[in-house]
This record gives sequence, structure tokens and C-alpha cells, in this order.
Amino acid sequence: MSETSAETKHPAHLHHHFVDSDQQFESSKMGMWIFLVTEILFFGGLFAAYIVYRAWYPELYLEASQELDAFWGAINTFVLIGSSLTVAMAIRSAQLNQIRGLIINLWITIGLACTFMVIKYFEYAEKLEKGIAPGIYYTYDGLEHEKANIFFSIYYMMTGLHGLHVIIGIGLMLWLVWKAKRGAYHSEYYTPVEITGLYWHLVDVIWIFLFPLLYLID
Amino acid sequence: MNRLTEFMLPPAKSTTAGEVDALFHFINVTSIILLAGITFTIIYFAWKYRRRSEDDVTPVITHNSKLEITWSVIPLILVMIVFGWGLSGYMNLTTAPDDAYEVRVVAKSWLWEFHYQNGHVSVNELHVPVDRPVKLVMSSDDVIHSFFVPDYRIKRDVLPNRYTSVWFEAIETGESIIHCTEYCGRAHSDMNATVFVHTQEDFETWLESADAIDEDMPPAERGEALVTRSGCMACHSTDGSRMVGPTFQGLWMAERTMEDGEVVTADENYIRESILEPNARINEGYDPVMPSYQGTLSDRQIDDIIEYIKTLD
Amino acid sequence: MSTPEASTTKKVQVRRYKPEENPKEHYLNAEKGVWAWMTTIDHKKIGLLYLGSITFFFFVGGMLALLLRTELLTPAQSFIDADVYNQVFTLHGAIMIFFFLVPSVPAALGNFILPLQLGAKDVAFPRLNLASFYIYTIGTIFTLIAIFTGGIDTGWTFYTPYSTQTGTNVLLMTFGIFILGFSSILTGVNFIVTIHKLRAPGLTWNKLPLNVWALYATSIIQVLATPVLAITLLLLVMERALGIGVFDPSIGGDPVLFQHFFWFYSHPAVYIMIVPGFGVISEVISTFSRKVIFGYWAIALSSLAIAFIGFLVWGHHMFVAGQSSLASMVFSFLTFLVGIPTGIKIFNWLATMYKGSIDMKAPMLYAMVFLFLFTIGGFTGIMLGSLAVDIHLHDTYYVVAHFHYVMMGGMVMALLAGLHYWWPKMFGKMYSEFFARISCVIIFIGFNLAFLPQFVMGSQGMPRRYFNYIDQYQAFHQLSTIGAYIMAVGFVIMAGYMIHSLLRGKPASANPWGSRAMEWQTSSPAPHHNFEHIPVIINGPYDYHKPMSEFQLGIAHSTNGHQSFEKVDVNVKSAEEKA
Repeated sequence: MSETSAETKHPAHLHHHFVDSDQQFESSKMGMWIFLVTEILFFGGLFAAYIVYRAWYPELYLEASQELDAFWGAINTFVLIGSSLTVAMAIRSAQLNQIRGLIINLWITIGLACTFMVIKYFEYAEKLEKGIAPGIYYTYDGLEHEKANIFFSIYYMMTGLHGLHVIIGIGLMLWLVWKAKRGAYHSEYYTPVEITGLYWHLVDVIWIFLFPLLYLID
Repeated sequence: MNRLTEFMLPPAKSTTAGEVDALFHFINVTSIILLAGITFTIIYFAWKYRRRSEDDVTPVITHNSKLEITWSVIPLILVMIVFGWGLSGYMNLTTAPDDAYEVRVVAKSWLWEFHYQNGHVSVNELHVPVDRPVKLVMSSDDVIHSFFVPDYRIKRDVLPNRYTSVWFEAIETGESIIHCTEYCGRAHSDMNATVFVHTQEDFETWLESADAIDEDMPPAERGEALVTRSGCMACHSTDGSRMVGPTFQGLWMAERTMEDGEVVTADENYIRESILEPNARINEGYDPVMPSYQGTLSDRQIDDIIEYIKTLD
Repeated sequence: MSTPEASTTKKVQVRRYKPEENPKEHYLNAEKGVWAWMTTIDHKKIGLLYLGSITFFFFVGGMLALLLRTELLTPAQSFIDADVYNQVFTLHGAIMIFFFLVPSVPAALGNFILPLQLGAKDVAFPRLNLASFYIYTIGTIFTLIAIFTGGIDTGWTFYTPYSTQTGTNVLLMTFGIFILGFSSILTGVNFIVTIHKLRAPGLTWNKLPLNVWALYATSIIQVLATPVLAITLLLLVMERALGIGVFDPSIGGDPVLFQHFFWFYSHPAVYIMIVPGFGVISEVISTFSRKVIFGYWAIALSSLAIAFIGFLVWGHHMFVAGQSSLASMVFSFLTFLVGIPTGIKIFNWLATMYKGSIDMKAPMLYAMVFLFLFTIGGFTGIMLGSLAVDIHLHDTYYVVAHFHYVMMGGMVMALLAGLHYWWPKMFGKMYSEFFARISCVIIFIGFNLAFLPQFVMGSQGMPRRYFNYIDQYQAFHQLSTIGAYIMAVGFVIMAGYMIHSLLRGKPASANPWGSRAMEWQTSSPAPHHNFEHIPVIINGPYDYHKPMSEFQLGIAHSTNGHQSFEKVDVNVKSAEEKA
């Protein structure tokens, strides 16, 4: 309770209903963690559908995953892990008040995220070319299994939803760069950078699960 | 007590109904006793401890472990009794005896088809022998339905992609109603059927003669009986009123406009096609929802229905 | 979790702040104009915006219900056809559940009261809070568009494959509810963080009002269950848009999988709808009995227990759907376990009344109605949880009646109790006690007349969602319809005296009920930033054996320039707290 009376100056970034910066920072961080839990459950629904169908048709998953290109999947995994590292470095730069480093690291992260999306685009294009489209648009006849379309529906749902999260992440980081250039962040206040970083790690972690579950079934 | 039983539940007409009813009443009676106690306590406290002045001082009672354990453990024991009882009843309801007589049930929006072992098919009428377990193996042609006979206390969803089964043993001859209890669209509430329970001999006679055609009857009358029996009336009227499907009145040789703009004369071929492949041509303003009667009605029966429709001017 | 007060034992200088009576400035007149309301980040105003919305949707849902009941006066068609009937019952269910019940106590009352009960100036993320309201609005707009462009006739459960095949506008409707889900999630996130981080000095976990505990449990369910509904509805949207085949058997999917997904959300959602009601009832019973709540921890923890076990019982909606007997057994067992904490709560409330000083004002009357109706709802829940009996009762009017006893008899009565209880704090006006009691009695009579007959006809075998029915049920249906109309009369009276109160009500004092809870230790209506001081808590919210002066302690604001005026009765005390 000592904080309550001692506070005299009121920094610009501090909202009126918080007692001090620490409380605000802790709150934001906790809010993001809880939001990440909802994200996990959101994807959890798709993982459940994946597990149910895999339990029912294990041979389908073996066959169909051969159609996915594990090489590019692996490249994308490294791209995302790299971007997780750079986003962590961005936070570090913010903590050390190195605004230039913060901006550079954010740009690298954005670049890696875009690389991921470009590779994803080529993967999708190659499949759609062959007729491996989701749902009723599935026309590919290279797979024997009658439920092959369901595997790819799940594939498109999972990777598509993940891709959407990557795009949202890119948007968030562009916004961070824009704000950072205006000097909004410094070692005293870098909450948005920190919580965007948390979000980005989650996007990365989900991919780390998706990659073996979809691409590496032997 | 017996009166109340009769009031709350439909007559128990299967071997398993008794156990379900006993549990139903056990829960009811226990609940009513507890509810009466709680209600009495509320009213009594509200009166006894009503506020007498603004300066009332109330005692500090924060908890009482003995009391709290009591009111946690007693309900726990009660619900465990209910759980065990319910489970044993459920096991009886789901485990059909090996010697059960099997009937295939096919649910379509919105009718029930019953396929017997000799190949006979009845629509919206289930005929079974008394005092013999009957097992129904059920599937749906379209959406989810649910097979419910209140008198037998049985219910099971009927699914489009798998078989489900339900069994019962009727203890008296007579009739009982069958409802569909999984919402399935427009005529969901008309998707009823009837169980006819016969003695073993009557059942066999019925089964043998079911396909026989009563030559003494004029074809149009046979057609009328078929239309009633086959569930047509759920969607088609004979008095000109609009239901889910077009009316039969004045149908014969009428010119009808289809969804694609084609104008068709309702002759024998059109009516026959409408029964066997109902979704080949759809009347303007109606939905393609009728199930096919392929394999349900014979050619001879279709002829009779056409004769009947001819009579409806 | 390093909350400010958890650090070390400290002595602080506090003084007593008596709440100002009939303040000239308060949150309602702090900002003026429609634009200020639309962009407000004040949790109290956002709460009122929600309150307005849910009132509107309750009215719409209620009118739909009257339409249904009127049609059911006769066994065959009376004035609407089957298609319209199916759409109307779907909308009644969807609107009442997603647009009224889910946001009712948490988003409307919760938003208003949570920061006040915590002694905070606002929720942790005020802008996110406003965003939640707008997400809710966008969801409702989608749904309204869906209603006017083909409607929806699947039932509020959207069971596949019917929902993937019907010609109505399922796509927009489910998308609207998908959006709505995010509003619920964000409110949940906001509340959890607020409860963890924004408690006033001295407000330790064992002094939290039980309403806060209930909102905490609710928020946890909202955060954990709603995403699963979101993904389920997204899959359903994809099923209709692209035919992805996960749920539709005609292209290889499994319809029962949809039911599992759906109920994994929708069963916990039932607890989203009832647990906050428990919180309101605890507050009301303690205040109007003017007595320490009995079994504080039992009530607080049983809310959490219900929240957690509630996640494990979804399968009891599928006892007849073809899941394995083992699964049914497990789900039935767990269902009964939920009954225990619920029973404990009821006994604790009764024990709180014992030797109290009971004042049967309108909120308390609603709380008593709640106790009676909810107990019936609970017992009939035991009936439905029992495997053998459920086979007979599943999907009959018995389920309809049970659900309404829990939701309407439980949650709506709790909402009304809370609304009457906090009404003076919201608007600074009193309502007519006489008419409030009259309408409560009318609603009680109408409710029982409407739903008791449904138990009987359900037991007799009347299936739900039936447009036509066989003649033997007609008498029950007619009784039920009469009951519905009586209830409507009760709500009309309520609307009347509430509007009268807003326009000409007598001014309310800061603490008309003589409560010890913190939200009553500030003026009515509340000041713009809730308290003119930083409240300091040394007693629990139900410590009626301690003098009122100990509940009005605080320290002056040194930040933000809000002056603390009118220091009546300077009473310097030193308070000592432990973590």
C-alpha cells in the first residue's frame, strides 16, 4: 500500500485506473496469457477433430500426409522459430532502450513471417492445382481413400486458421514499428511489444505442433 | 399414489417400463419431501426472523462443520443410489436378449419404414408379437431422427451414418404411439407412427397376409388405404389445402409448373416418377424434401394409388 | 501474483469517508450526449448499455415465446404454419441464450458492479470492455440480418446434418454467434485480470464478495469454453460454405461429433448462465438478513467446483444419441457430482437466514423465489441425469420445463433480484416497493402455471419442438399458455414501475439497504471514478457484527487530481493487514 501514497508523477502511458506502471504492465501481461489460453482451446477444437478422425482412419492419415511436402514444411518451421528469436530480441532491445534495435528486429520478424506466408502460398497453390481443395471442391484422384477429402479439409482448416494468425501477427508488428518510430516505447513502457511477442510465440508453438501432426506421419 | 402414477406417466406396456417408473417415482417422492422441507424452512425463517427493528443484532455464525458434512454426505448418498439404480435400468434397456425378433427401421423425413424379415415393408405401422423381445435395428436416410415409444419408455436416436438399435418386449396387445423426438424439420411433429401388438398367431397371420392384395376391394379404395398407411398424408392433403407437398386434389391430368419452368401434365408416368424418384422434378414453390418409395411400394400398389388420385377431383 | 497488499504487513493512515448523499455530480452526468455514451469507457455505463441491450432482447425473446404459446393453444395449426413455428422457437432459444442469458448477469450487472465491489476505478482494460460491447453489437446485427434474410429453423442447437441441409440462413446466424463468442471471451479475460490485479488495499481473497467469486468462476468458464463453441461454429460455417465434410454424413462426416463439440461448450455455457446468479443471491440474502454469510468458503469454492466439473458432463446430452454405455455411465456419474455443490449452496443460504433480521424487500423476495424454483430445477436435473429415466424423458417437454426452471426460475430471478438490489446504485432512484412485490408474485404464479404442466406432459411423453400434438396434451398446453400470459402481465407491471422510477422515483440514499458491501459505501449514483478516495478494507463484506464506520475507510487520492471533498467525521485509524 505504500505505492498508493508515494506516487506523485503520472506518466503519459499510465491509464487513470491503475495505481502504477507495474500494475498496468502485470495486468496487460496476464490478460494476454489468458487470451492465449483461449487461443489454445480454439485450436484445441481442431486438434480434437484431427485426433478423432485419425483414430477412426489411421491409414488415411498415413496415405494423405505423403501429399504434403515435408521439406518446405521443415523450412517453414525454421523460419518461424527464427522469427520467435527475433521477436524476443526486439523485446530485449526495448528493455535496453535501444529503439533502433527494436525496429530492426521487428522488421526482421515481419520479413520472416512474410517468408512463411509466401512458402505457404506456394504449397497451397501446388495442391489446388492438383485438385486437392477443401470439402466438396476436392477433385484429386491420386488417393484411394474415400475420406481423403476430410483429411485435407482438416489440413486446410488448421493451416488456414494458423495462417490467419500469422497475418494478424504481421499487422500487429507493423503497428508496433509505426508506434516505435514515434517514440512510443522505451525501457519504462514496452507493454505492447511484450504482449505481441507472447502472441507471436504462441503462433510459433502451434505451428510446431501442426508440422509433425500433418507433415510427418510415418 | 396409484392415481398419481397414472397421471404422471403413460401406461407401462413393456417389461422394462416398471423399473424405470419405480425410479421415476423414487426421485419424485424424495424430491418432493426435500422440496417441502426447504420451502417450509424458507417460509418459517422469513416469518420467525423477520426484521423487528433497524437495530437488530444478528449472531455471528460463519460455519458449522458437522452440519455442512451432513448436508453434503446425505445428498451424495441419495444421488449415488439414483445413479446406480439408473445405471442398472439403462443396462437392461440397452442390452437386447439374443432371441429377439429383429425388425429393420428406416427413418426418412418424415415417415417411418419397418422392414420385416420376410421382405414386407410397412410404413408408419409397426406390427409386433406380444411377450416376445423385439429388436429394432435403425438407420436414417437423411437427418437425425429419434425413435420414441412413451408406453415402452424407450428412445434412441436414428442416425444417417450408422446403425443404432433399441429393444422392447410388449406385455399386452393393443396400440401405442411412436414419436420422432429429434427435431427434423417442417413436419417433425407429424412424424408419428403406431405400434400394433398382436398375439403370436395374429402376428404371423398378419405377416403372411400383409402383402396379399384384397381383390374384393376396388383399386381406388385400396389406393386410399395405402395413401393413409404410407405416410403420404403427412405432407399431401386431399382437400386442396397446401401442406409441405402439393395437394392430391385435382392433381390428375392437371398441368403443373416445375421449379425449372417446365410444364408437366400429371399423368401416370409423372405420378409414378414422383413416388419413386421424387426429387427428379419439383413443383414450383416447393422444396425437394420427399423421400423415395423405391422398394417400399410395389408397382401394383402404385397403380392403386394412381387410381385413388384419379378419384380426387 | 504480486498484488499490492500481498507484499508486507504495513501500517497505513486511513480516515473515514462517509458517502455523499444525493451528489450533484455522478457518473451519469459526468459526460453528456449520445456520442459520449457510445464511446464511454466507464464500466458502469457499458454495463448500462448491456442492460439496455439485454432488456431489448428479453422483450423480443419473450414476444416470440408468447407467439409459440398462443399457437400451441390448439393441437393443430391455429394461426402460424409449421415453418414459421420452427423459426420462432429457434429464434426464441438462440436470442434468449446467446443474446440475453449469457451476457445478462456477467456483462450487464457484472460490468456495473465488479469494479465497485473491488474498490477499483474501472475494469483492467476499459477500452477492451467497450470493444466487447461493440463485438456483441456486430454479432447481433449479423443475426438480425440472418433473421430477415431467410431466418433459421434448426433449433438453437444447430444439430448437423439438419443444419447443413436446411434452406434457411444458418450461415449468417452461426457467424453472428461466432462473433458474439469473442465478446464473451474478452469480457471473461477482462474480469479475471481485474479480479487478480485491481483489488483495493486490504481486499484479500478471503474478503472478496461472493458475487466476485461467482463472476470469477463464470469468467473462467467463458474463457475456456467459448473458444470451443467458436471453432465448432466455424467448422459448421465451413461445412455449409465449402462442404468440408467433418460433420455432414452425406460427405463422410460424423454428426455425433458435432454434438460432442457443441455440448462441450453449451453445457458449461449453462453454468455461465447460472453461476453468476449464485453470486447475486449470496449478496442479496446476506444483506437482507443482515447477517454474516454462512459457509463463505463453501459457497465460494462450490462455484469453482461447479465450473470445473461442468466441463466434464457434456455427454449427458447424448444418452440416447448412440455414445457407448461406458461413456454414458461416466457422464451420468459426473452429472450427479455437480448436484452436490449446488445443494450445498442452497443449504448455506438457508443457514444464512437462520436467526437473521430478515427484511422481505423486493430483491429478497426474488431471491426466495429463486431458491424455490431453482431447487425444483435442480431436482428435475437429478431426474434427467439418471440414465434409465432420461431415456424416457429425453427431448420431451420435461427437459423444456427443467431448463426453464433453471434458466428462467434460476438465472432470470437472480437477475431480477440483482437488478432491484443495485437499481438505487445505478440510477440513484428508488422504485415502488409495493408494485415490485406485486409483480414478483404475479411472475411467480405465472411461471409455475406455465411450466409445471410441462413436467407432467413431458413425463406423459409429449416431445419438444412439436408444432402439432395429440389431443390428450391440450389441457396442459392451455394451462401453460395462460401461465405465460400471466407472466407477461407481471413483466409489463415491472416495466411500468421501473420507468416511473427513472422519471419520478424518490431519490435513493447511498446505502438504502444498510449493507456492509463496498459498492454501498459510495454515493448513489456512483461517482465517475467510483470512489472519491482509495477504499481500504479491513473487514469481510458480510461482517454485520462490526460497526458501519469500519467499512468506510480509505486514503486520499494523490494522483489524477480528483479532490476528495466533504470529509465528514474525521476518524483517523490505523489498520493492519496481512497478506
